[in-house]
Amino acid sequence: MTATQLPQLTPAAAVVNVEKRRGRNKGQYRSQLPLRTRMARSWQLYVLVIPPVIFALLFLYWPMYGLQLAFKNYNITKGITGSPWAGTRYVEQFINSYLFWPVLKNTLILSFYSLVATFPLPIILALLLNTVRRSKFKKAVQMITYAPHFISTVIVVGIIFMLFSPSSGVVNVAIQALFGQTVDFVSAGWFRHTYVWSGAWQQMGFAAIIYLAALAGIDPELHEAARVDGAGVLRRIWHIDVPGILPVMITLLILSMGNILSSDFTKILLMQNNNNLGTSQVIDTYSYQIAFRSAIPQYSYATAIGLFKSIISFVLLMTVNFLSKKITKNSLF
Amino acid sequence: MAIHDSRSDRAYYLVNYLVLGIFCALVLYPLIYVLSASFSDATAIANNEVYLWPVGFSTQAYQAIWASPRLLIGFGNSVLYTVTAALIGTTLTVLAGYVASREELPFRRVIVVFFLLPTLISAGIVPLYIVIKQMDLLDTRWAIILPTAMSMFQVIITRTFYQINVPKELVEAGRVDGANDFSMFFRIALPLSKPIIAVNLLFYGLAQWNDWFNAFLYTSNPDLSPLQFVLQQLLAESSVSPSMMGSGDVAAILAKKELFDKLKYAMIVVAMVPPLIAYPFVQKHFVKGALIGAVK
Repeated sequence: MTATQLPQLTPAAAVVNVEKRRGRNKGQYRSQLPLRTRMARSWQLYVLVIPPVIFALLFLYWPMYGLQLAFKNYNITKGITGSPWAGTRYVEQFINSYLFWPVLKNTLILSFYSLVATFPLPIILALLLNTVRRSKFKKAVQMITYAPHFISTVIVVGIIFMLFSPSSGVVNVAIQALFGQTVDFVSAGWFRHTYVWSGAWQQMGFAAIIYLAALAGIDPELHEAARVDGAGVLRRIWHIDVPGILPVMITLLILSMGNILSSDFTKILLMQNNNNLGTSQVIDTYSYQIAFRSAIPQYSYATAIGLFKSIISFVLLMTVNFLSKKITKNSLF
Repeated sequence: MAIHDSRSDRAYYLVNYLVLGIFCALVLYPLIYVLSASFSDATAIANNEVYLWPVGFSTQAYQAIWASPRLLIGFGNSVLYTVTAALIGTTLTVLAGYVASREELPFRRVIVVFFLLPTLISAGIVPLYIVIKQMDLLDTRWAIILPTAMSMFQVIITRTFYQINVPKELVEAGRVDGANDFSMFFRIALPLSKPIIAVNLLFYGLAQWNDWFNAFLYTSNPDLSPLQFVLQQLLAESSVSPSMMGSGDVAAILAKKELFDKLKYAMIVVAMVPPLIAYPFVQKHFVKGALIGAVK
């Protein structure tokens, strides 16, 4: 395995790869037998796929069909299909709402901040780990840094609240001893930092796995040769390791750009309070609030708000896909 | 090795170990602190005397948890949901992944796109809620398991696994021997699938154990609550209400706010520990899951 093959590492990148292979095989089966015969011969495969198809229809496609509620007046007794059309009323209501720009801004800032802050960390961790020569130490560090990946959002937020509490949290006790004042880490001013860096704490170790695998694929002879030529370890990292994992970095960057708006909704919801709404209210949480926390549930309006996120995400994904096709010749579809 | 480290290299390694050590300390400190606080004296926590190791030692908080029916029910529910979700999710994923990997299948591409499309266009929570409601699943155990029962990313990983491990040639050889698709799947593919089944069971099990949102959104009956949801409700409380713990006796002890803090730490430990205990043993399967596209 060479370093250049490694973009195939991620699931989605694997799709790219497999779809390419598929292209190579195009027509291979087409000529053999008529379509009907081949379908009839494979009926058992179609039977096997029925359960997951039913699941997808019920829990993924039916809600997608329900997106039309954004343009309807939802009526509980009439259901999704029977409810009367309302045109673009709810979409306009959201655009003209005084919360539209603040919520959009919060969503974008939180997503981009998160990406910029947490993207380089796993790379640094992997590069550092890769040069560790004591394998026991290396294993121990990996073991420890992966651990937060297995801890639930509720617990992570619980730990934040307990340890960072302005009144009794151990972190604030230390801060007060040093600076004479306390910091409210879930206040409007601090919410973004707390959200992003606790996210880094959760995912840094696990995200490093892919880079470590890519680094393991780099030919050790390159390092040997560079060593003989007198290159120090930093220079070898810069000239051998970094270029070696560059394709993986680009692929993962593209993927996370595409997912950028799917911030951790449940974590934001758990960290949200009335005081930090100014920075913590994002499209997802606002839609949730309109649907489930207002006196009269406004499902149609909430769907229209949620639809915004779906559309922006989709456009971002398409743009990123287009760019990646141009730059790296890799694309998701 | 013949070449010795230069002085700058030695400096690098020193810094390297130092930085990695700091990373580990940052990851471990909160976890150790929570564990220590849960075993410390309640007054020591209230007076901010706990920094790293337990101050005093008592298992009072754990006894209180043990005596609380609500938390025990939550724990039992979580075990039930975790096992069920792992089985359902893995079954659906293996079926979809296997069929999507069969190159000779007409309309295979349609099936693949069918499973991929929902990852591109998310409907959001409101339409899903309405669908769950129309299916009459609100306030049932199914509402906690089914909405997130199948992950399309797991389907992709599983499909890749089969493309590599059950290649076309193997299927063709089976066909020559007269095997039909059912026996191909059950007799040949499944016995080869142990690693990918392990990856899926663990992924779905962990996701379900750690989930609170489904219970939060779709159920209101406390008898159905998984541990994470009970925990979320209790952590959000600033003081203990006796009904929360479900026992007058415990409530009397817990009336003190300081003990409640300690109890919160202990609850975090109880909810956090099962995955962390399992984790060293299953870690390699998770790594495998993350890397499966690379196996060639």
